[in-house]
Amino acid sequence: MVFDQLKAIIVDQLDVAPEDVSPASSFTDDLGADSLDMVELIMAIEERMGVHIAQKEAGNLTTVGDVLAFVEAQKGAGVAK
Amino acid sequence: MYTTISGTGSALPENRVTNRDFERLVDTSDEWIITRTGISERRISSGENTSDLAAQAAANALSNAGVDPLDVDLIIAATVSPDKFTPTVSCQVQKALGLAKATCFDLWAGCTGFIFALMTADSLIRSGLFGRALVIGAEVLSKLVDWTDRGTCVLFGDGAGAVVLSRSESPGLLAHFTGSDGARGHVLCIDGVQLANPWTDGAGPSPSGPGSVIRMDGQEVFKFAVTAMQQSIRRVCELAGIELDDVPYIIPHQANDRIIESVAGRMKIPRSRFYTNLDRRGNTSAASIPIALDEMNRADVLKPRMPLLLVGFGGGLTWGASMVRWMPNSREDS
Repeated sequence: MVFDQLKAIIVDQLDVAPEDVSPASSFTDDLGADSLDMVELIMAIEERMGVHIAQKEAGNLTTVGDVLAFVEAQKGAGVAK
Repeated sequence: MYTTISGTGSALPENRVTNRDFERLVDTSDEWIITRTGISERRISSGENTSDLAAQAAANALSNAGVDPLDVDLIIAATVSPDKFTPTVSCQVQKALGLAKATCFDLWAGCTGFIFALMTADSLIRSGLFGRALVIGAEVLSKLVDWTDRGTCVLFGDGAGAVVLSRSESPGLLAHFTGSDGARGHVLCIDGVQLANPWTDGAGPSPSGPGSVIRMDGQEVFKFAVTAMQQSIRRVCELAGIELDDVPYIIPHQANDRIIESVAGRMKIPRSRFYTNLDRRGNTSAASIPIALDEMNRADVLKPRMPLLLVGFGGGLTWGASMVRWMPNSREDS
């Protein structure tokens, strides 16, 4: 599932516990990410999930849920979970 | 005909500036600087200019090489912060050291300057045109820093490094990989002299001067650096026919510890194989690689025939790597 894959990348990149990662989690406020962490995270998501996130869009992705929605839209996922 | 590095040298300003010193200048903290960059202190000139540091580094390299300085027939100085547009830093070094035989020019390629200069000198010697080169990386970036911009002023340091490159019967420089992308050049910029003359629009001529400062899109540069560094490491290993596992040390351009961390993690290379001194030096642009190489040489870390991978990336955009086999004693004595 897309969320599980995304969670694994976030856990790996930001060095946080899986249970701390929910769609509502803010990268900076809840998960302690700084601006360089965000650049690396976006790169990892692009590479491992096969999506492209333009610099302009990256700036709007403040929560895990924002990224999830973006990735699902790119992948054209209409599958109910 | 090949070339080898027969000696190294470096020179730093006396003045040490710590992160605490920056707290007095701009809204920043030691903690922020260390976690974002890995830098604790750097040397900032309080009077030494680029050519002064370059000449000292070159003199130290010649002494380390133990060759007759008057043999030097080529001096290339990589810098984006020369004392003057003309005479070049390389010409000023020639004057300071009395190296009358040399052909001298500077090379502008941002933080990749030393790699490009090394490749150029290697090619010129191997072509038979020259016999002994000084290849210098020298910067006084403090001349080009916006001291009110807390995002950039903490990053940079001043210094110079140099190598003597000599003819050799076996290769001390094994391969070079280089590239550039001007289309993305705008993400890392230092303006030149303003275009103003009696025929341009505007108020008329104005002097060149303190308007030229380093500006960068940190996130874009970070992404570029991580990608370029990985590609350069892989490609230069392929070109040299050496497995990365057989390279004990990678000497990267010392821009930001987070870049090196990221590449080490992605390529699964132990962090200890990347020589790092940016905690004490900051980002010295074209000087960073030759300063690091000299420090390793003086610390007796380098063993005969040891492969070393030098890798740089920077403004232009530019990037590149050189694979070196450490053989300081196989220079031809002439």
